[in-house]
Amino acid sequence: MEWVNAIVQGTLLGGLYALFAAGLSLIFGVMRLVNIAHGDFIVLGAYLGLSVTTILGIHPLVALVFVVPCMAMIGYILQRGILNQTLGGDLLSPLLVTFGLSVILQNALLEIYSADPQKMNAGALETASVSLGDLSLGVLPLLTFGIAVAVIAALQWTFYRTALGRAFRATSDNQEIAQLMGLNRRHIFGMAMALALAVTAIAGIMLGIRTSFDPSVGGGRLIFGFEAVIIGGLGNLWGTLAGGVILGVAQTIGAKIDPGWQLLAGHIVFLAILAVRPNGLFPRVSG
Amino acid sequence: MPDPILQISGLDAHYGDFQALFGVDLDVAEGEVLAIIGANGAGKTTLLRSISGLTQNAPDMIQYRRAPIGGLRADEVANLGIALVPEGRQLFPSLSVEENLIIGGQIGRKGPWSLQAVYDLFPILKERRAQQSTSLSGGQQQMVAIGRALMANPDLILFDEISLGLAPIIIKDIYDALPGIIGEGMSALIVEQDISKALSVSSRFYCLQEGRVSLCGASATVAREDISRAYFGVA
Repeated sequence: MEWVNAIVQGTLLGGLYALFAAGLSLIFGVMRLVNIAHGDFIVLGAYLGLSVTTILGIHPLVALVFVVPCMAMIGYILQRGILNQTLGGDLLSPLLVTFGLSVILQNALLEIYSADPQKMNAGALETASVSLGDLSLGVLPLLTFGIAVAVIAALQWTFYRTALGRAFRATSDNQEIAQLMGLNRRHIFGMAMALALAVTAIAGIMLGIRTSFDPSVGGGRLIFGFEAVIIGGLGNLWGTLAGGVILGVAQTIGAKIDPGWQLLAGHIVFLAILAVRPNGLFPRVSG
Repeated sequence: MPDPILQISGLDAHYGDFQALFGVDLDVAEGEVLAIIGANGAGKTTLLRSISGLTQNAPDMIQYRRAPIGGLRADEVANLGIALVPEGRQLFPSLSVEENLIIGGQIGRKGPWSLQAVYDLFPILKERRAQQSTSLSGGQQQMVAIGRALMANPDLILFDEISLGLAPIIIKDIYDALPGIIGEGMSALIVEQDISKALSVSSRFYCLQEGRVSLCGASATVAREDISRAYFGVA
């Protein structure tokens, strides 16, 4: 029973990792941009949530109403103002620029919020649980997993059922020809980054309710996000959810064997999958 | 002669570091079908890339309805009503046939072309509309590429080597369909290596040789040996 419990808890944890990963997956899919600062944007989302809840005295989940549009706007401006200039050449310049952004973000957060660990207070939600037979499931992890599934489904719908998604796919296929269709790729990329950071805002708030955070934790979240994306296969959003779940389960089972093995077990499973299936478990089939 | 819809004057254009066009002068009248012929590397594709905004030039070198467009981006040029059927089809592999057509029409210009009109022109595409565009035959892909450009309801349509890599019977089908397409009052610029096909659908032609206009005139009356000379540069 303890093992079943570990697997179920790991699955729910995987929902959070899928939220970390979804934004990464999306922007890589649309513009082949690897955003090293992604983890720091997750942390930025958490801090924005903290500020909004403290100033307005509202519940962290209600703060999403403010933080999500705010992060989306930051994403659009960032893409149009800076990141678009780095695209088109080799992969190195966007890597370096986002690495620089990561350093700037961390230090700005340190300056504004100090290095003290912070946490958002979600009240009774944090400790509430439901019993399912012998299992006791936290309401917060369940909610996080549900949100992750909803976010992935919404992104999938956007990609395959809307004009914006069509523009994303066309621009990703061939930027020049997409321009000939009257699509301004700078704007399309801006929209993609806005969407990615909107999802990142959700990830940041869920992170900030679940655990304490400080300006330096972004790097770790970036790694989890990367691992979930790679395990699931690049360009496949449902695969990203599966990747998050596999990573989460590996970590909780590792922790079950020995509490010190939690992170190590996740990394080992990631490396094992990368060795056996270099394109991930569910790479995009079309193309 | 009616007002030119497109006027190119003294166009110098580069393909990478290489200068591909030298002082090209050319104009397309409203409703006219113009052919551009020339050997490989004569600068035909560079000319179309310059007009469509994929290659940027000095603004005044290219004028569309008397407005300078040489410095505009491709998406801005597309919104003015110029569409390109690119060499090698260049469909979007992630999009279905129907989505390829829809995205061609997403700039929302008014005109006779709609999804239904394209399906009426090429009925086979309606049967294949849910398929991946890459699963079609070369000729069907060319129909999608033409349909995608028409969906923008352009006033000027540019065709780049639409016969390239297709079977002769397919080429014939597509050229048979062309008058019906252009007959809707559009102007067209056809770049083609198949000289007789190009001359048969156009009223005037320009021949490019090593980046310069080597001959131009009426398609119906030009002598074959003059074209050979202008095409290959033999004396």
